[in-house]
Amino acid sequence: MSPEILDIVIAAALVIGGLFTLVGSIGLLKLKAPMARLHAPTKASTLGVGSILLASVLFAYASGAPSYHELLIIAFLFMTAPVSAYFIGKVHIHLGQNRKPLPKPARDRIWATQAKHEEDTPSVPEMKADA
Amino acid sequence: MATRFIQRLFPHPLLSVALVIIWQLLANQPSINSLVFGIILGVLLPFATAAYWPNRPQVTRPWKLIPYGLLVAWDIITANVTVAMIVLFKPNRNIHSAWVNIPLDIRTPEAITALAGTITLTPGTVSVDLSDEGHALLVHALHADDPEAVARKIKHRYERRLKEIFE
Amino acid sequence: MIVTYALIFAFAAVSLSLLLTMVRLVKGPNTGDRILALDTLSINAVALIILVGIAGATQIYFEAAMIIAMLGFVSTVAVARFVLRGDIIE
Repeated sequence: MSPEILDIVIAAALVIGGLFTLVGSIGLLKLKAPMARLHAPTKASTLGVGSILLASVLFAYASGAPSYHELLIIAFLFMTAPVSAYFIGKVHIHLGQNRKPLPKPARDRIWATQAKHEEDTPSVPEMKADA
Repeated sequence: MATRFIQRLFPHPLLSVALVIIWQLLANQPSINSLVFGIILGVLLPFATAAYWPNRPQVTRPWKLIPYGLLVAWDIITANVTVAMIVLFKPNRNIHSAWVNIPLDIRTPEAITALAGTITLTPGTVSVDLSDEGHALLVHALHADDPEAVARKIKHRYERRLKEIFE
Repeated sequence: MIVTYALIFAFAAVSLSLLLTMVRLVKGPNTGDRILALDTLSINAVALIILVGIAGATQIYFEAAMIIAMLGFVSTVAVARFVLRGDIIE
């Protein structure tokens, strides 16, 4: 690949990364329901950072000192983003922040987070105040 | 006899491969040194820690993970453009969030984890909860006028493929 | 040349998104939103560190980015688990 094309690809990756990171934060600020807010940062920010890391790999290649360990961070972020989202969603349900009531599970009796809700005593009662 | 010996020596073959690749990436320069040390780590670590995780995850058709990964990567990119459009240009009152209820046909924990991760990374959906005995998945959709269609799409597009890979 | 302009744009975008995330962190209104804001903050910090690395044409910030990515994830899970269970390690 000629250096000019590589430069354009790096610049495009940087701009796309910046835009998606920004979209993630705008979504975090703009959306109204707590559950809806979960969507923007987990997806857009992860892709944005992934794009910037890719730009870093390409930039190192273009400047003659190849380096690819940023791929590790990309893999790590894409593997952990769903787990963080899952935990934060569980926190929303636990604190009763979901606007619409949960549907009944298609197969089993009850959702896992609710089961804890019923059987255990609420663990951090003062944090439930604004629910 | 021989296969049991090999199983004792490599209790988690996929973990060994992952460790070698991770060590290569960390070393950041392809060389024989880092390859040899990576292989030593890849054999030694699963062998030393085998007692702590006796169950070996079932991956019956690992080669099918590659086309699945490409499909998911493509979906992640298109999904992000869709979500960005919704976030930037749709007023809040026009966004119809909905719960989607997905009955699960896959049973192994690895397959369910992969499905939940895929759902979170793709079109406007976040997997939020599992039913108490693990037969249904609760998914929140950012903008869905027809939750049934979303559930059908997820079952057809991802769950069917994961069932082939893991079971 | 074009990379320099793109780099400046990316710096501005990531810094602005850090600011917007800070607003959500201060505003709340509930615990889940604050955890989400902190998680986004750490991901954006990784982006900013990598950008500094590109600007300086150096690999020295890689470890910092990696460690912030890992600690961000672990602390998100720890705080979420504390709210869910009132305990982190059982």
